[in-house]
Amino acid sequence: MDLSMLWYLVPSVLMLACGIYGFMTRKNLIGILISLELMLNSADLNFVIFNRYLYPGSMEGMVFTLFAIALAAAETAIAIAIIINIYRSVGNTDINEVKQMRF
Amino acid sequence: MEVIIPILILAFPLFTFLLLGLCGMKMSHKLAGCIGIAFLGTTAVLAYIVACTYFFSGDPAFIFEGVRQQYQVFDVTWLAFTQSLVVKIGFLLDPISALMLVVITTISFMVHLYSWGYMEGEPGFQRYYAFLSLFTFSMLGLVVATNIFQMYIFWELVGVSSYLLIGFFYKLPSAVSASKKAFIVTRFADLGFLIGILILSYYTDTFNFVELTQNPELVLGTTGGATYMGASVLTWAMVLIFSGGMGKSAMMPLHIWLPDAMEGPTPVSALIHAATMVVAGVYLVARLFPLYCVVDFSLTFICCVGAITAFYAAMVACAQTDIKRILAFSTISQIAFMMVSLGVAYDKPIEGVHYSGLGYMAGMFHLFTHAMFKALLFLGAGALIHAVHSNEYTAMGGLRKYMPITHWTFLIGCLAIAGIWPFAGFFSKDEMLAAMFQRHWFWGAWMTMVAGLTAFYMFRLYFLVFWGEENPHYKEHKPHDAPWQMSVPLILLAGVSICAGWIQFGEFVTWNGEPYHIHIEAPVAFTSLLVAVVGIALAAIMYMKKNTLPEKVKNAWPSLWQAANRRFYWDEIYMFITHKIIFNIICRSIAWFDRHVIDATMDGFAKVTQSVSYRIRGMQSGEVQSYVGWYITGAVVIAAIAWLCFA
Repeated sequence: MDLSMLWYLVPSVLMLACGIYGFMTRKNLIGILISLELMLNSADLNFVIFNRYLYPGSMEGMVFTLFAIALAAAETAIAIAIIINIYRSVGNTDINEVKQMRF
Repeated sequence: MEVIIPILILAFPLFTFLLLGLCGMKMSHKLAGCIGIAFLGTTAVLAYIVACTYFFSGDPAFIFEGVRQQYQVFDVTWLAFTQSLVVKIGFLLDPISALMLVVITTISFMVHLYSWGYMEGEPGFQRYYAFLSLFTFSMLGLVVATNIFQMYIFWELVGVSSYLLIGFFYKLPSAVSASKKAFIVTRFADLGFLIGILILSYYTDTFNFVELTQNPELVLGTTGGATYMGASVLTWAMVLIFSGGMGKSAMMPLHIWLPDAMEGPTPVSALIHAATMVVAGVYLVARLFPLYCVVDFSLTFICCVGAITAFYAAMVACAQTDIKRILAFSTISQIAFMMVSLGVAYDKPIEGVHYSGLGYMAGMFHLFTHAMFKALLFLGAGALIHAVHSNEYTAMGGLRKYMPITHWTFLIGCLAIAGIWPFAGFFSKDEMLAAMFQRHWFWGAWMTMVAGLTAFYMFRLYFLVFWGEENPHYKEHKPHDAPWQMSVPLILLAGVSICAGWIQFGEFVTWNGEPYHIHIEAPVAFTSLLVAVVGIALAAIMYMKKNTLPEKVKNAWPSLWQAANRRFYWDEIYMFITHKIIFNIICRSIAWFDRHVIDATMDGFAKVTQSVSYRIRGMQSGEVQSYVGWYITGAVVIAAIAWLCFA
């Protein structure tokens, strides 16, 4: 049985929604980072899905996804580094504690 | 003629300026002075060579069938804007430019030498020599200009050098304001000059002097009878060009800068404000003389301006106390003399009498002799100031025993300017007065009166300084003659002032290049001599021995004396016009517009931006999650709008 594109897109949308929800509600910076990864992965999934169903002859979507994964790894490393620094200066990783960058 | 010599005449002073201006501060005073004097001396020798070649070689390029020709040594294109608007730089040789080469380099060399003694130990000595070289370069460029635009460029350059040298003692507020005044007044006059140049060249399609002056009737024809406000366009152009000359030559009502320019070092006054730059206006009129001849009105205008200025300046000179100011007013008066002389010269028959352009020759002759004896007088005044450290004659008196060289040379200068036979001024003044009487008896009588006044005020100065009571300060500080660097130029110039009148000037410089044989007109000569002797005698009676006569004369007409002492309130009139009318009414309204309309608009923009920013700045709360909320809300709204519009 061939699954239609919709079967793949729905989990992707769910992942994005979970990511947004987590991003907006979590208070822990690590939790926010994980939510961010979820959103990123849903976008990666979309690349693969559209490549597979709409342009089955080409490979751009797949390649792009691999790139995005590599970039996400780098980005995570930076984010972790920032969080560690925040932890050192503030003492915890609660987002409500870092509101200094304002007007 | 070799092209290299004329180029070197211009290049040496420019090079000296650059050398001393850029590296002068690293040199010792002595070295800088030596460089300045050596290069200027070389320039003077080259200028003499050029002038002698022009006058005496008999080359057909210079003199053809007894008529002296205008000869362009070179004339290269400098800026080509369009086909017809081309600015050239060149070197024109004709009788008056050759004459001016000699005058400028001679006086400049004397002043360079004199300054070595006079300016000794002054801070900025090297800068002073650099500026002197710049001035010499500019003035030489001015007189050899082949076209009116080149003349204008150098005209402005001499203005700048004059500004720099008047303000040489830039720590004195009076020197600073005097330099600004000189620059602004002459610059204002040059505006008219520029407009005149533009009008003239618009109609004639050329800047070149030779083309303009070779056929003045043709120039008159090119304007096609165009008129503006009742006068022909050419008349306007010539009067406007003359207004530039009025500014530089300190004619009324633009004379106010010259007396103040005496704030500069005295040798500078001798070079720039007595002998060379201030006669640039006379030179300009002489250069364009054929054009002035075809528009009668402009010559009459020059004549009237000159006659009024000459009398006015002579009156004021009688009531001044600062010896340099007296000489400055005497300069104004003498230049006005030359102007009148040019104004009465015509080269065409009027009412059946042919006027032969005698006034032109006489004016140029007086320019030459005046440059020599006025430079001598200024340098003498410099020696006096050097000795007593004051400009006021009240600090002097009885100096003839202490400073014999200065005394004798100054006396020769005074006799020359008063027009006593056989000194230089007698011959040139006689020719000028003869030309004026030839034109109309009124001009002659008027200027003879001015000549009498000249003799009076010059000898008033002479007697007050060298005769009369000795100043008590001499006991503490004994005045003495100046060092040799200053005495040598005085003696040389005194020699020239004695001999220069015997030169057969008419053989060299006439309006059309044909030789004119000078002969003394006995009635005119006798009258002017008599008037001069009366003036001297009057001065001797009043000032030779201290007596009460000057006080009595002063008290007889106190208001006249006061007015002459205050220069007939011209400075006050200018102050009134500039401060009360221009600054108060015009500038104030412009300032109001600037503040309340232009600035207010800009302030309005800033205020609106600021108040809006204050209102919305709360959005930048520092809470990252609220930003995400705003972002997602925005994205959803845009998506919804897009969906509604395109679906």
